[in-house]
Amino acid sequence: MFPYQSLQDSAMKSTNPLSRLFGPNPFSLLKSHMRVVLRSAEELPTLFEAVMDQRQDDVEVIQQRIFAIEAEADVIKKEVRRHLPRTILLPVNRADLIELLSMQDRIANVAQDVAGLVVERRMEVPDCLRDHLMPFVQDCLAVCRYAATIIEELDELLETGFSGPEAQTVSEMIDELNRLEHASDESGMAISRALFRHEDAIKPVSVIFWHRLIEWIGDTADNAEAVGERLQLMIDTR
Amino acid sequence: MEIIVTYGPWFIGLALVAGLYMTWGVGANDLANAMGTSVGAGALTVKQAIIIAAVFEFAGAVLAGGSVTSTIRKGIIDPAGLEANPEYLVYGMLAALLSAGFWLMIASAKGWPVSTTHSIIGALVGFGLVGIGAESVQWDQIGSIVASWIISPAVGGLLAFLFMLSVRKLILNTPDPFEAARKWGPAYIFLVGFIISLVTITKGLSHIDINISTLMGTLISVAIGVLTALVGGMLLRRAKRDLEAEKDFRFASVEKVFAPMMIFTACAMAFAHGSNDVANGIGPLAAVVSIVESGGAILQKSALPLSILLVGGFGIVIGLVTMGYRVMMTIGKRITELTPTRGFCAELAAASTVVLASGTGLPVSTTHILVGAVMGVGLARGVGAIDMKMIGRIVTSWIITLPIAGAVAAVLFFILRAIFG
Repeated sequence: MFPYQSLQDSAMKSTNPLSRLFGPNPFSLLKSHMRVVLRSAEELPTLFEAVMDQRQDDVEVIQQRIFAIEAEADVIKKEVRRHLPRTILLPVNRADLIELLSMQDRIANVAQDVAGLVVERRMEVPDCLRDHLMPFVQDCLAVCRYAATIIEELDELLETGFSGPEAQTVSEMIDELNRLEHASDESGMAISRALFRHEDAIKPVSVIFWHRLIEWIGDTADNAEAVGERLQLMIDTR
Repeated sequence: MEIIVTYGPWFIGLALVAGLYMTWGVGANDLANAMGTSVGAGALTVKQAIIIAAVFEFAGAVLAGGSVTSTIRKGIIDPAGLEANPEYLVYGMLAALLSAGFWLMIASAKGWPVSTTHSIIGALVGFGLVGIGAESVQWDQIGSIVASWIISPAVGGLLAFLFMLSVRKLILNTPDPFEAARKWGPAYIFLVGFIISLVTITKGLSHIDINISTLMGTLISVAIGVLTALVGGMLLRRAKRDLEAEKDFRFASVEKVFAPMMIFTACAMAFAHGSNDVANGIGPLAAVVSIVESGGAILQKSALPLSILLVGGFGIVIGLVTMGYRVMMTIGKRITELTPTRGFCAELAAASTVVLASGTGLPVSTTHILVGAVMGVGLARGVGAIDMKMIGRIVTSWIITLPIAGAVAAVLFFILRAIFG
């Protein structure tokens, strides 16, 4: 069952003025969304392990899973947007909230793009990339995981009005997120260097597509970092 | 005069039925709204909530409700011009009760956020305006009542906002929020007892001929506050740190401390509600009874008989038992957004505001003030999402309620006059 279903119940028409006063909590929805998004990112290491072992059937199964997860995230995203008319009083800037949601959603979108390309073009891992690929994918996943950990703090942030020591803690977590993203950039550069060093030995078209794939994998981490930046904006503009 | 003597029992019987119907509605809906969050927070079972409601509603009506009842009885329609035809006032009061009851029935079926208070005021004005004449309506009084409908939710909101900020500063933003909650909890419970009794003693009691000096009143209020804080302190000591739940939500244990505090706001809400809303049903009833019993005299200054208050309290308890319990359970389940910390701040603010209004004799709407208080919590950035359309719905409900209740009351007045002469 999708996590947003209980929220649809609460949005049911009620005759009670008090229960009609509350819209579905967008922060719980953001948390649910991020949990789903993270699941799509978690599939990437399994996907690339299967690609390295040339288990095409497994690759396709994983691709299907990623597509399904992305669709699930989309449903929650639409649910959040549907419940954010301008007449809703939010504790944060409405635009920042929608932007945060988009950043989260892009992680799943990029994971989908990666999986799609890997399947459709039947990407094979060149030998020169073998040592670099998994560390890079894992580094990017670490950034996504940490962003998801930060998003779990939304309840606490809401309770404290996005200020005080809790906001301070989250700001420090966001600093850590930036450090992790920087580390993933380093391993991204390492794998790119390996690709360029051996570009003459690989089919030119493959070079182009691997370069693109590396960029996309890195985008998951970039978007995870952007999630943190948006959250920092919410804390700063109180 | 003859009409009153001839049909006296009829009038009293009709007023009793209509008054019971109004108070039944108040118990089934309004009061259940006010107390549902405490049930939802797990602070009270439905049964406990009903017992608390019955006791404190009645206490509120007796100790602090006299002023509002007298506003409804004499403050809206000036009976001075009706000495020759006292039966008109009886018709009018009956018409107002029936009209408000009728309108509330429709509105609740449609789910509109209407208030019993607004219905009864609209009905009384409508009867006065059409049935007697514009000069019989005490417009300056109406002016201050209408102003209070705007000011009271704002005051409730401001108080809730301040309470919320203080909870954050004193409890949530500390190194050990759980300990801080246990330390400050009794202070907040003190506030519940202190504020409610201070307002009641200084503003409400004079209406039942008990006059206490301000200094004495303050001292008694402090004593009551300390007493409630002591009782509360014992309850709070039982709250345990829930390390498992804290992993998921760092303030889970704080909420556990605040949950029993909702018992006190439930009492306060019931008391506040009793001080204001009981008057809607029993004000007109009391007016009818006093005219009939005196054989047509409308200007005597009689105190509110206890028996009428009992009727009001009875109607409310019946409303709670027959339907209110269901409303309480639904609300408790549905309004999960009103966690104990937020709910406590909102309800303490709302109850204080209502009791203050009651002391001044202003008939206000408990539900609207509670909505205002919740918005105050929201403005303190404490709630995920508040639908501001609710403000529009409430204002629309006033704009519709006043003329409709008024028109129906006027029509009923003419019908009653045609029947009884």
